[in-house]
Amino acid sequence: MADDVKKLSAELAQDPDSLVFLRLGELLRLKGQLDAAHRVALTGLERHPHLADAHDLYARILADKHDFERAFDEWDMALRIARDHLGALKGLAFLYFKVGDVQQAAAHLEAAQRVAPDDPGIAQALALAHGGEGDQAPATGAAELMAPAAAAQPLEEARVFAGLEGAEEGLLLLDPSGQVLGGALKDPGGRDVTDAVAAYLAGVSQEAGRTAKLLGLGSWTGLAAEGQHGHAHLTPPTGSALLLVVRERAVPMGRLAIIAQRAAGAARRWLEAQS
Amino acid sequence: MTTAPPGYGRVLDLVTRVRGVRGAMLVAGDDGLVVAEQLMEGIKGPAVAALAASLASRLRRALEAAGVGAGQFWHLQAEQGALLVVTAASGILVVAVAEPDVNVGLVRLELLRAAETVG
Repeated sequence: MADDVKKLSAELAQDPDSLVFLRLGELLRLKGQLDAAHRVALTGLERHPHLADAHDLYARILADKHDFERAFDEWDMALRIARDHLGALKGLAFLYFKVGDVQQAAAHLEAAQRVAPDDPGIAQALALAHGGEGDQAPATGAAELMAPAAAAQPLEEARVFAGLEGAEEGLLLLDPSGQVLGGALKDPGGRDVTDAVAAYLAGVSQEAGRTAKLLGLGSWTGLAAEGQHGHAHLTPPTGSALLLVVRERAVPMGRLAIIAQRAAGAARRWLEAQS
Repeated sequence: MTTAPPGYGRVLDLVTRVRGVRGAMLVAGDDGLVVAEQLMEGIKGPAVAALAASLASRLRRALEAAGVGAGQFWHLQAEQGALLVVTAASGILVVAVAEPDVNVGLVRLELLRAAETVG
């Protein structure tokens, strides 16, 4: 695989206008070298801005980086250029599944199936979607089916909250755009809901900050929320990051605030070590 | 304080009578418009309503995705005060702006009571 990268890089260097960047970018993405893949895709896009495949490649890299908002824009652009683009249709279906919009996901899958009627993955995801509209479980399964082949995970990602209670199921550290920096979240059924929750929380930190400022309350320090089945606590461990702690309803809000403070301390230390 | 339309005044009174509460509002959850307000002078009701509704909407979706269920009450804590919100069954948000040392438990109870009345 390393040889392939070298060979494709050499080809691209020899002919920068060639479409070999598509294969090189995808290969780097699959190897988990997302920054390198990102650079290759962007350079390719600059030279071929009207190439749907280039937008599709860039979207897959962005999705791997959990930048779902921009991935959506890129797949949307690919569809504007080529309205039957299979990769873009599947990519958008994947994103709609991620946020639980099964109806939109199914619509994109149906369009994808018209383009590739023999694709078993699409048929399987469609069956799950039609069997479970309004239900999160089939959506999660279908999202996995539609997900672009996974890149290698960043090694440090799960270690932010090492040793803290709920580190792999009830603690989540995000950057301002909703990208996961560490931790993980599972719903009461044990399903991984990390990405969906992260996507919805993008921008919450800034919005909470604006609201507090508008009211003349100074900086926001926390946001406690009480749901029907559990409690959540959001806190900004640094100016821009966002920490979410979720626990079942039996855990009192006050105790949750203490857990959040401890986790925020761990997050601050981790973020400082990364910078 | 500015005045609320008749009928809603008593609902907001429940909240504003708690010591440390600087004002209360009823906000349409879907569009962030003020339905009624009893706010101290200087608080920009329409802007706060819009931001509160937007924040409530994001939180609701995030909490539902996390399996916590629809948010019933949330409390934005800041250095010099707090914003406390309860969602009524109709989707109307009952909002209180409070001093930092307010009795949060008491405000929560009054907000829940007000939300029940609003329906």
